[in-house]
Amino acid sequence: MAHIEVNQKKVTPEIAERLSSVCPFGALVVGEKGLSIESGCRLCGLCLKADKDGVLTLVKDEPTVEVVKSSSRGIAVLAECMGNQVHPITLELLGKALEMAAPTGQPVFVVVIGWKVSSAVESLRCYGADKIYVYDDRSLEHFEPLRYASCVEDFVRKVRPSVVMAGATSMGRSVAPRIAARFRTGITADCTGLALREDGDLVQTRPAFGGNIMAQIVTPRTRPQLCTVRYRVFDAAQKREGPTSQVEVMEEPDGLEKAGACILEVLAKPKEPDISEAEVIVAVGRGVKDEAGLHLVRKLADILGAQLACTRPMVENGWFDPRRQIGLSGRTVKPKLIITIGVSGAVQFAAGMDKSEFIISINNDPEASIFNISHLGLVGDLYEVLPAFIEKVGREEPVR
Amino acid sequence: MIERRIQSGVGPKTGHKNEKGVGCLNIIVCIKQVPSTSNVEVDPVTGVLRRDGIKSKMNPYDLFALEQAFLLREQYGGTVAALSMGPNQAMDVLYEALYMGADSAVLASDRRFAGADVLATSYTLAQCVRKMGKYDLIVCGKQTTDGDTGQVGPEMAEWLEIPHACNAISIESFSEGAFTVKVNMDHSIYTLKIEAPCLITVDKDVNTPRLPSYLRRKRAGNAQISVWSMDDLADQAESHYGLSGSPTQVERIFPPEAHDDRECFKGSGEELADRLYSLLRQKKRI
Ligand SMILES: Cc1cc2nc3c(=O)[nH]c(=O)nc-3n(C[C@H](O)[C@H](O)[C@H](O)COP(=O)(O)OP(=O)(O)OC[C@H]3O[C@@H](n4cnc5c(N)ncnc54)[C@H](O)[C@@H]3O)c2cc1C
Ligand SMILES: Nc1ncnc2c1ncn2[C@@H]1O[C@H](COP(=O)(O)O)[C@@H](O)[C@H]1O
Repeated sequence: MAHIEVNQKKVTPEIAERLSSVCPFGALVVGEKGLSIESGCRLCGLCLKADKDGVLTLVKDEPTVEVVKSSSRGIAVLAECMGNQVHPITLELLGKALEMAAPTGQPVFVVVIGWKVSSAVESLRCYGADKIYVYDDRSLEHFEPLRYASCVEDFVRKVRPSVVMAGATSMGRSVAPRIAARFRTGITADCTGLALREDGDLVQTRPAFGGNIMAQIVTPRTRPQLCTVRYRVFDAAQKREGPTSQVEVMEEPDGLEKAGACILEVLAKPKEPDISEAEVIVAVGRGVKDEAGLHLVRKLADILGAQLACTRPMVENGWFDPRRQIGLSGRTVKPKLIITIGVSGAVQFAAGMDKSEFIISINNDPEASIFNISHLGLVGDLYEVLPAFIEKVGREEPVR
Repeated sequence: MIERRIQSGVGPKTGHKNEKGVGCLNIIVCIKQVPSTSNVEVDPVTGVLRRDGIKSKMNPYDLFALEQAFLLREQYGGTVAALSMGPNQAMDVLYEALYMGADSAVLASDRRFAGADVLATSYTLAQCVRKMGKYDLIVCGKQTTDGDTGQVGPEMAEWLEIPHACNAISIESFSEGAFTVKVNMDHSIYTLKIEAPCLITVDKDVNTPRLPSYLRRKRAGNAQISVWSMDDLADQAESHYGLSGSPTQVERIFPPEAHDDRECFKGSGEELADRLYSLLRQKKRI
């Protein structure tokens, strides 16, 4: 069992105090017996880095089985189809898969699960995957976790891909963890960055520990390596001249008969304005403190024909609908232009918008981390900048 | 490390009937203790985490899961047990659950559980569920505010070999051994019947969680929290728990990177408005 050991002989009160203050989980506790490690420890290793005195040692396990990594090959994308339509997330996953495969020579697969999906498969054939595996059965018309998991399991057993990518959609989030448990392998949710190493290890990046930090995560011992990615994080694959992907229609796998659940009714949700489709966005944060501030940002959004979006606290205080929230627990957006107003730029927010083409930020705190990712940063009070801007627009350009 | 074992074997009793003659429901709710602020930052120079003294609270999403369980218990009778994995300090959220109305609580706490990723966490929780005895329903929150994956619930269901449904907006009824549930999919609302025992994750804001009450606190005065270590679980292979049982590894953590093609200006409202105006002009947005 991997764990950290404390050499109590070397512990002085100062060292104990210092090391304990480094632990983000409060797991290093200073007590009568010196320094002890409590069960809150997540083995993040920060204390090891801060330990200049050789007080702590990481005791590692030797891995018992060395997986033959070379027996797993290829990057598989779990497609998402609504009847005949391919969800755009599928093309984005495919775009990333092809980009990672190119230098490493790995094949790229797409798995399509559904009922009457032939035209979806036909259109997918033009996007550069090597092979498309199709599970087409009446029982697969609507998403049921156990049935879909049976198909993915069957695919993984037969094809042995090294990586399986799924959208961080209702479907992906529901089926991918089941696959992880079936193959006793790792899953990394909501990746914002992915890269493939020469040895086949997938380097997954995502915001972590609920803080302003990114973590780089690998799954070195097991295969397949599972990850989910949100809509609008990666660039979609380009359509090619003709259909190039081979198609293999798979036989019904075991397990389709038992779902444990049956769907009684499917009601389409009314289409609502979706900030993830917007070309221009004005994003509002806690710097906007009152109705007067909201009035200013609405005015700005009107001038630009922009959609209004917001940070999580603005949803929590009831000022905005949750569907307008950008970020890790909101939507991912990738507009041509985004203007943030009074937003500090926490990683969880940035994760949902830092791929935008052009970012402008107004914030009166020059240290705000939003400026690290902004193409144009304006350090000033929004309550001064916006009225001046609105007035200028009114002067130069009489209201349309 | 000595585990504080208060009581073991709280497995709820099943099989009794309520007045309506419908089988009571034994429900397990998984709750997690999370940091109450997100103010952890990496020092860009030393690469070390900075934090203000971290306080903890119950994962806010799990409050909806607990409330859903209480509503079902009111309707059908039965018991609600709260389950959490975490350090000893996580006892606090279990007390909170008891004061809200849970009948019993289990804390899985052991240094050997440390460093668990989704696989090891869901496995440990599933092992606890097996020890807790017969159940009809497990309710989880939609996601946590620290891990934020939403994956622990469905993965637990896989270990327990039971069906699951994610993002329930309501659990409408229970009859003939199945729950009728409405779930929020991306583009539609599914109504489905799911056989018990099963696991359901509950969407946010679907109910109004009750507050812990003084009365229940008094009554819960002698309710106990069972603390289980690995030695209490059926599977005692260390390699299945904590860091050893976690296939994912965090290689490094780092502050988010900055764009290199950025410009920053300080100035009066008037000057900055001019900057903004000329840029938006140039980009043909106005
Ligand atoms: C697991 C997890 C997931 C999360 N998911 C999300 C998510 O999806 N989306 C999200 O947004 N957050 C999310 N958060 C919260 C996130 O960490 C931050 O707390 C949040 O983004 C901060 O919002 P804010 O920028 O509006 O507020 P603050 O951080 O309070 O920032 C307000 C900013 O306004 C500036 N300001 C104040 N007055 C003025 C003025 N007069 N003029 C100009 N500027 C002014 C201040 O300098 C400050 O920088 C998540 C947190 C966790 C732990
Ligand atoms: N350590 C834990 N103890 C108890 N329940 C947990 C734990 N981690 C996650 N859960 C449950 O799983 C849900 C999803 O968590 P996550 O996958 O971390 O977003 C939470 O809302 C809880 O119901």
